[in-house]
Amino acid sequence: MKTTDTASTGLDKTPGSPGGVDTTPIKTTAPATRKASKREGGVLNVFSHGVLIIWAIMVVMPLLWAVMTSFKTDKAIFTAPWSLPDKLHFENWSRAWTDAHMSDYFLNTVLVVGGSLVGTLLFGSMAAYVLARFDFPGNRFIYFLFIGGMSFPIILALVPLFYVMQNMALLNSLHGLILVYIAYSLPFTVFFLAAFFRTLPSSVAEAACIDGASHTRTFFQVMLPMAKPGLISVGIFNFLGQWNQYLLPTVLNTEQEQKVLSQGLVQLAVSQGYKGDWSGLFAGLVMAMLPVLAAYIIFQRQVVAGLTAGAVK
Amino acid sequence: MQHGKNRFIVGFLAAPLALYALFVIWPFIQSIYYSFTDWTGLSPEFGMVGFDNYSRMLDDEIFWKSLQHSLTFAVVLPLVTVGLALFFAFMLNVGGRRRRGAAIAGVRGSSFYKIVYFFPQVLSIVIVALLFQFAYNPNSGAINSALKLVGLDSIQPDWLGDPDLALMCVMVVLVWSTVGFFVVLFSAGMASIPRDFYEAALLDGANRFTTFFKITLPLLWDTVQSGWIYMGILALGAESFAVVQIMTVGPNGGGPDYSTIVLPLYVYQKAFRDGQAAYATTIGVALLLVTLAFAALVMKVGRRERLEF
Repeated sequence: MKTTDTASTGLDKTPGSPGGVDTTPIKTTAPATRKASKREGGVLNVFSHGVLIIWAIMVVMPLLWAVMTSFKTDKAIFTAPWSLPDKLHFENWSRAWTDAHMSDYFLNTVLVVGGSLVGTLLFGSMAAYVLARFDFPGNRFIYFLFIGGMSFPIILALVPLFYVMQNMALLNSLHGLILVYIAYSLPFTVFFLAAFFRTLPSSVAEAACIDGASHTRTFFQVMLPMAKPGLISVGIFNFLGQWNQYLLPTVLNTEQEQKVLSQGLVQLAVSQGYKGDWSGLFAGLVMAMLPVLAAYIIFQRQVVAGLTAGAVK
Repeated sequence: MQHGKNRFIVGFLAAPLALYALFVIWPFIQSIYYSFTDWTGLSPEFGMVGFDNYSRMLDDEIFWKSLQHSLTFAVVLPLVTVGLALFFAFMLNVGGRRRRGAAIAGVRGSSFYKIVYFFPQVLSIVIVALLFQFAYNPNSGAINSALKLVGLDSIQPDWLGDPDLALMCVMVVLVWSTVGFFVVLFSAGMASIPRDFYEAALLDGANRFTTFFKITLPLLWDTVQSGWIYMGILALGAESFAVVQIMTVGPNGGGPDYSTIVLPLYVYQKAFRDGQAAYATTIGVALLLVTLAFAALVMKVGRRERLEF
């Protein structure tokens, strides 16, 4: 987390701090080599800007193209994919929102992700706290049981899981999906938060204990507030993972009324392709895309920190 | 601190552990057991068949095809993605015009590039796959009409419909959607390398490319390695399932002539389309072995002395 912070801010500011110290190496370099290295720097600079801009365009283009296409008529999409819309066809958006059930998919997704995010953070931090700070027989075993789940292919478990869910009457229900999301988010959450709890000082918890606080109270009133940065990081990570989840709902949640956003979009693509309503599909895609992108741009630093923190550690 | 400790531990672990055991661990164990049965998934009755499923798998042409594609993903995708990301991250951090007093300099606007590159990472893979599916459309898709616009009417590939191109098209989408994450990850790692190292190298007359291979890369090795494994697991697992399942529908799924079928999709088809749950878990076990072998191989080959700085 700390490293990412320096990445975004540190780069542009670097000349500031070392500037005073570094005047010596420049004096010692011969003028000729300095000139040469400056020219090399210039060529490289143009080259690197060129490469970087090309990739930036390649990233942004498909997204802008999708936004543009969502305002066009079906005919225009097929005859002139690259031309601007003749006028802004907002009816595509309202059609996608109501007729194509995008509003229902949004609601389902918000319910599922809301429930499972709270559950993941609660259960994840409880397990991580106990595993990180208490010694008891079996601690290591349980810890590695959780961690192991990160590298197993989910699809292998999905076949029996489908029947487990069926027997418990949890199939095709939002609360069933919430429980499964929580269970499959636990490995990374426990891994990340256990590392985080280990770094917290134990003196505060001891002080709370001397003051007569129970373990439970110490956890909720002392340790959890101290772990807030870690909870935010892992929360963002899980939010994106659960919001964008496709494999689990595809298998476990096939009832039309219960579908989440990612399934709804695929459903839309299949049915609209059949009806020929491509503009509606693009409106739906953009509708699903924009809130996440907007949230990302606003919380840019936290999102990047949250997503990369796990891999750096 | 001893008072009520055990009750506390049990109380806090019970719920998470129960949930995890029921929905994750138990199905994993079951699926290994089922791979030795003839369970269809439709009826509750089944019997043990020993290694029948496994020998059937070894004779299954489509299994070999999906294994081959999954292995291609696991080799090519990390190589391309991590390579591109290292290149971009180096350009971002070291490619700038040299300023007075700084041994290396990032390009101007590097934080802007990083924000933009990260866009695909926050989007659902479903959105990405659907967008590209339309872009690849041979008649009116964005790519072929762009080719027409610049006068290349003769080059109008069938993209996803062409068995020779389809797999590559799918891989391009996965690279497009993951490179940004690794650029940001490696940039963070590069920014934490002390500047004195670069200054010392510069004094010794090293140019930027020597600097990259002798200083940046060795010090970044741990991050690169974990990025490599992470990307490989993505390429073998859920991510490749979503892209292939959505983009290449085909009559059988998995593209024309099974040209893009991958292991996770084949598991899905066998279990939930063909009613061969036991055989599906057998293929799943093969996928598990491939994933574990991949991770172990990367760890072993990539082992270097850890550099502390």
